[in-house]
Amino acid sequence: MAEYRLEMRGVSKSFPGVKALDQVNLKVRPGTVHALMGENGAGKSTLMKCLFGIYHMDEGEVYVDGEKVNIANPDEALHKGLAMVHQELQPIPARTIAENMYLGRYPTKKCGPIQVIDHKTMNAEAKKWLENVKMPFDPKSQLGSLSISQMQSVEIAKAVSQEARLIILDEPTSSLTDNEVEALFRIVRDLRDRGVSFVFISHKMAELRKISDDITIMRDGTYVGTWEMKNITDDEIVKNMVGRELTNIYPPLENTPGEVVLEVNNFTSIHDNSFKDCSFKLRKGEILGFGGLVGAQRTELMEAIFGIRHIKSGEVKLNGKQLSIKRPQDAINNGIGMITEDRRGTGILGCLSIADNVSIASLSQYVEAGVKLNKKKIEDLVQENVKKLSIKTPSSKTLIQSLSGGNQQKVIISRWLANNPDILIMDEPTRGIDVGAKYEIYQIMIQLAKQGKAIIMISSEMPELIGVSNRIMVMCNGRITGEVSGDEATQENIMQYATQF
Amino acid sequence: MSNDKKFDAKKLLMDNGIIVLLAILVIYVGITVPTFRSVKNLWNLAINAAPRVIIALGVSGCLITKGTDLSAGRQVGLAACLAGAMLQKAETSSKLWPSFPQLNVWIVLLIVIAICCIFGLINGVVISYLNVPAFIGTLGMQLIVYGIVQVITNNVPLGGYRQDYITVAQGKIAGSVPFLFIYLIIAAAIFWFIYNYTRHGKYMYAIGGNEAAAEVSGVNVKKTKIIIYITAAAMYAIAGFLLGGKSGGASTAMGNGYELEAIAACTIGGVSVNGGIGKISGVIIGVAVFELLKSALQFLGLNPSWQYVAQGVVIVIAIALDIRKYIAKK
Repeated sequence: MAEYRLEMRGVSKSFPGVKALDQVNLKVRPGTVHALMGENGAGKSTLMKCLFGIYHMDEGEVYVDGEKVNIANPDEALHKGLAMVHQELQPIPARTIAENMYLGRYPTKKCGPIQVIDHKTMNAEAKKWLENVKMPFDPKSQLGSLSISQMQSVEIAKAVSQEARLIILDEPTSSLTDNEVEALFRIVRDLRDRGVSFVFISHKMAELRKISDDITIMRDGTYVGTWEMKNITDDEIVKNMVGRELTNIYPPLENTPGEVVLEVNNFTSIHDNSFKDCSFKLRKGEILGFGGLVGAQRTELMEAIFGIRHIKSGEVKLNGKQLSIKRPQDAINNGIGMITEDRRGTGILGCLSIADNVSIASLSQYVEAGVKLNKKKIEDLVQENVKKLSIKTPSSKTLIQSLSGGNQQKVIISRWLANNPDILIMDEPTRGIDVGAKYEIYQIMIQLAKQGKAIIMISSEMPELIGVSNRIMVMCNGRITGEVSGDEATQENIMQYATQF
Repeated sequence: MSNDKKFDAKKLLMDNGIIVLLAILVIYVGITVPTFRSVKNLWNLAINAAPRVIIALGVSGCLITKGTDLSAGRQVGLAACLAGAMLQKAETSSKLWPSFPQLNVWIVLLIVIAICCIFGLINGVVISYLNVPAFIGTLGMQLIVYGIVQVITNNVPLGGYRQDYITVAQGKIAGSVPFLFIYLIIAAAIFWFIYNYTRHGKYMYAIGGNEAAAEVSGVNVKKTKIIIYITAAAMYAIAGFLLGGKSGGASTAMGNGYELEAIAACTIGGVSVNGGIGKISGVIIGVAVFELLKSALQFLGLNPSWQYVAQGVVIVIAIALDIRKYIAKK
């Protein structure tokens, strides 16, 4: 038997302008759970995509059970015994469990001259495999009737039924409750003891401690090292994940925070696995950073404050006065604005012009005689913003969907500058934007703070978080786990809080 | 360079393919059948088009917000029957509502509008608050309204209208320009203003472009949608009122299928079924093209049954071309 179930050697992958992976190694022993850790953007997903042939690696070799393989697509990977349970499951909830497990490979039988689906065999097989992972579900029941963790178990059962010897779990616990995590771990341990290997991608240190045997750490697309879990401390893991200098340059933080304007108390989501009991204060003229890893529920918390999501309990006070925010309009009327993370989904109005996109949140300011919009004033507003944010566009009538991502983001920022809120929530404001434009956006943020606006910035880029925030709240697994500012605002400290649960 | 030009010409042809095709048909009929291009026939076309433009204007708002309104035609019928019942001559025998007072014709119009607006309000509430897909919600309303029309009229056709009602619908300025044409212009102008110069109009396009983003930008999506369905119902009421007066009678069957004609006309005129896109000029062109098609086919002496086939083919091609434009933009 080969020493390693899976061995990836010297994998490199470049995208135009970026080296996403540089000589990365991954060695997974048979019958072990192997943790793969790294910051957001460290290259974990890219590495897995290279393994499954979704990306074509520029350099590197892959061995499965000592045998060199070339994998061109996920289907081939499956034939080599590699399967992946995705972070976002893509099942068909309206069909049965068995049908989902055998999608695309339904067992068939002859019925006269035609091939028909052999439901009996399919259901029996499905039942057998489900029992194999100790999930005694009726294979004929609807997949949609299961919880997310149960669906994941079905995915694992499916992988096992395809004789997978290595299963990749990409952030499997990000939307699970503690009990569900335990149930998942039982299945994983059971299969591991029967010789199946797992690669476990997660940000949650405590969980990784519980389940993994080995750990590989990646940073900025490079391979840091592989350890046995028992030989490495949490501190060492954090240090290895972040160990990089702050190289980006940020404009000086010339703003001075004043009195408290916004107070959020005990915000708890209606969903069990989302944010819980979050409280924080925001000051006038302050840039308050929100750090944490993917799945920390920062976006969900902010969207709840803004009225996009619902809360079970909690209160929000503006200048000491309690607000009732049920929808974004209520927040906007109280002087709160939000630039959402999902630009395509909740940001741009794709088939409308830049002018319409900039003015949509502030049209009330341009109404004359009760009804008529002053188009001249709107055009002036748009031109002013195009110039101020140096938006690259042929004209204000250009459709926003024809602009680059960075320019689209600037249009959305313009929308909120025009609306002129007292509090602006910016969720990943510089994602997908080139360096020059980033600097401009930082300048705008600091400028706004100097004018007395309060800004909340969610950022997954640690240097940015440290560089542009006066104070940083760190979230992990739905809770606010720490607050750092000044000299304490180091990558190590933030990462410590961000991986607490 | 010449290559670019050629490509553009092809694109232009594809983007306006259906209009080009119909233009050729109209020119052909115009040359071969001289009565087709007579002034009388052109005014006739305008008169036929007027109520349809008014209906299409109403439906356009629903389409732009990714909705639809299948109750349009039946609401037109309801409005025609209600107006007819209220505006029958006092001396008409077998008057539907014998004791109904002789109200001013404009008051009657307002009553009819108010009644249809109630149905529009229900449509809007069902779609925005109960989250029922517009297609299903308004399909249900189509049946509900049809049933109500039958109950109200006992399935008896109406006639014997007062002269003032007939004049409102059939009158002409200076003996040549029909009132109906004037109403069309006024309705289109008001809608053009709303779509281009008001918050409501901008919100409507924003909802069609990206409902979630509009919501996040503070657009009151539910209110905007409800206003759209109420406005649409008001337009059906006006159209029904005018159609009744135009034909001098009404029955429960009136307006049957007009919603589909209106949706087809909007689409031919470039109102995207994917939402967010559509102009008033497009709506008018769409109706004009559709009416011209029907008229041209009649003048060609085509069997009426085959005219339906031709109309259906035009609708499918129009939508196929519309979708093609949308996909090409990705």
